[in-house]
Amino acid sequence: MDSYTTKIRELSAALLEDEKVDFVIGFKQGTIPMATSPHIARTPEQAQQLIWDNNCGINLANYLTNRKEKIGIIAKGCDCRNIVTHIIENKINREQVHIIGVPCKGMIDKAKITLLFDEEITSYSENNETITVKTLSDEKNIDKNEFLKSNCITCTHRNPVIYDELAADLVEEQVIEDPFPDVRRIEEMTADEKWNHFEDLLKNCIRCYACKNACPLCYCPTCFVDESSPQWVGKGQDTTDVRTFHYLRAYHCAGRCTDCGACVEACPMDINVRDFTRKLNKDSFEMFGWEAGLDLSKRPPLDVYSPDDPDDFIK
Amino acid sequence: MKFITIDKKDWAKGIEKSRETYRLFGPVKDKNGFLIKRLEQDILPDMEYHDSIMSAKSILFPQTEKMLSTTLDDSKKDHHIMKRDQIDTTPRAIIGIRPYDAKAIQLVKLNFDTDDYRDPYWCDAYEVTTFVGLAINKPGPFDFSTSTGTGPFCEEGLDILLADLDDQFLAKVLTEKGETFISACGFDTIGDEKESSALFDVLRKEAEKNIVSHIETNKLKEKTILELHEAPFWDDIAFSCINCGTCTYVCPTCWCFDIQDEVKQKDSVRLRIWDTCMSSLFTRHATGHNPRETKVQRVRQRFMHKLKYFFDKYDQGIMCVGCGRCVKSCPVNIDIREVCNIMNSYEKQD
Repeated sequence: MDSYTTKIRELSAALLEDEKVDFVIGFKQGTIPMATSPHIARTPEQAQQLIWDNNCGINLANYLTNRKEKIGIIAKGCDCRNIVTHIIENKINREQVHIIGVPCKGMIDKAKITLLFDEEITSYSENNETITVKTLSDEKNIDKNEFLKSNCITCTHRNPVIYDELAADLVEEQVIEDPFPDVRRIEEMTADEKWNHFEDLLKNCIRCYACKNACPLCYCPTCFVDESSPQWVGKGQDTTDVRTFHYLRAYHCAGRCTDCGACVEACPMDINVRDFTRKLNKDSFEMFGWEAGLDLSKRPPLDVYSPDDPDDFIK
Repeated sequence: MKFITIDKKDWAKGIEKSRETYRLFGPVKDKNGFLIKRLEQDILPDMEYHDSIMSAKSILFPQTEKMLSTTLDDSKKDHHIMKRDQIDTTPRAIIGIRPYDAKAIQLVKLNFDTDDYRDPYWCDAYEVTTFVGLAINKPGPFDFSTSTGTGPFCEEGLDILLADLDDQFLAKVLTEKGETFISACGFDTIGDEKESSALFDVLRKEAEKNIVSHIETNKLKEKTILELHEAPFWDDIAFSCINCGTCTYVCPTCWCFDIQDEVKQKDSVRLRIWDTCMSSLFTRHATGHNPRETKVQRVRQRFMHKLKYFFDKYDQGIMCVGCGRCVKSCPVNIDIREVCNIMNSYEKQD
């Protein structure tokens, strides 16, 4: 990944030196193992803090919403798909963004790695596909591919879909024969089993809203959970209110979600929020042949009308 | 000072015995780590845990707490008159609370129990609670508690401090409440005072030596509020923040709450719910005006409150006990240690 970092710094510094952009948004090294932090580089010197590794799972398109400046952005496949969605939804103009695309081979699942140890992880390093993780009394070398984030395992758009420059050569795309086994497993459950599955999924939710705030799609000026006159949803831990938040948020993302996994990455309680959005992605794909964020010229399926719609009720 | 040695073989029996008089709370392994929860029948506190995702603050200050209730049914007596519900005053014990969390409860107490006002919900819960601490022999890499006026063996706010000695616990009984709890467990093997005290000292020094994370707070007091408020670094600190409430909810010292009325058919309740200064709704006025409309204002508020306003108001150090939870849980790795050091070392340029 060092070659990625070198190239990202070089391209970003050049953009800033030539004043082609006002700043570059990327990642900088985190202060703890397995962490990075979104970073704004305003000068070529600040661009030297940019890095790239297997912990860049947050979606940087989230930092573009409604900005007016000319922006350089480091974007992996899913970030690019959300930039496309942002452009389609008028959250940013194509001309405003200079995309440094990063072909991606997947980010790692920190929660899964953390569970390998009884102690806290004190150091993390990576060498190609091998990751070395240490605690005070233990050390393990693990294969990155066995610890990919679950959305990366089924990703078929690792390469940036739009870009102005690339930080590395394009990578081979995965061919996934069965992209939705997890959703099918839930679909096959009985009503009671489904209910219990989702109750268990949400039981530790603390309503911090990290999932929606990390999501580039959640840019409403006032989220329905924050409506106060009148108020739409209760704010406590009542399960009805917790469910309402998660169900409605998922529906707001229908046909728009790129399955970037930022919601899960951000959740402090490791709730697999994708159990909701994935079902909607599957339906979008099966009913409309749609995957979000691939084409600047196409609007998402739920806000278009087509005269040759196969359903009679709409004609 | 009284010391009691507890053979780990007798531990479960003693804890079970205490249930006759106490409602127990403690660390329980959950899906993604440990939580401090009510210990239901047959569940023992997991004393092997190193840290919990959420702190023990919710035992006294639940995320959602019913304050008052009434009926809207006009035919009923006292309809529309909000009254406090009967509360459970059974003694509680939090077993295995970490010393920094116990210290945090003392900081929260500064807000809920003052000369002018006593919050009945929090104070009533506090009064019936016994705090049975578990010292930290091996502090984790994010523990900076020795920089915040507490530490792995700090006794402040505890009734008992337990040290884990592999096959036994050595209990230092610190208060009368502690004494009562130990008796309720039936633990009565008195340890030699001099020897035990010396052992605690050795373990404490060893643990404190292993703390690798530190912050500097020595210059925060002398800076003016405006100097820090107007400092140029807030934009960069706040850039990555997504304004979720994670840092405030995992924080053992964050005490802010919202009050909400909810009605279901004829039942009306008034709830107290954790609030977070990271949310724009936190400060939105009824007029629609919001004095902290932007993200950077909210991020600044959080750090200024913890590291400056609190410090100035109470003169009890910073409003942080160095548990490191916010550092670990922040989705974008905003690190209070870094922010504190930036604030502490900031010199205004004229």
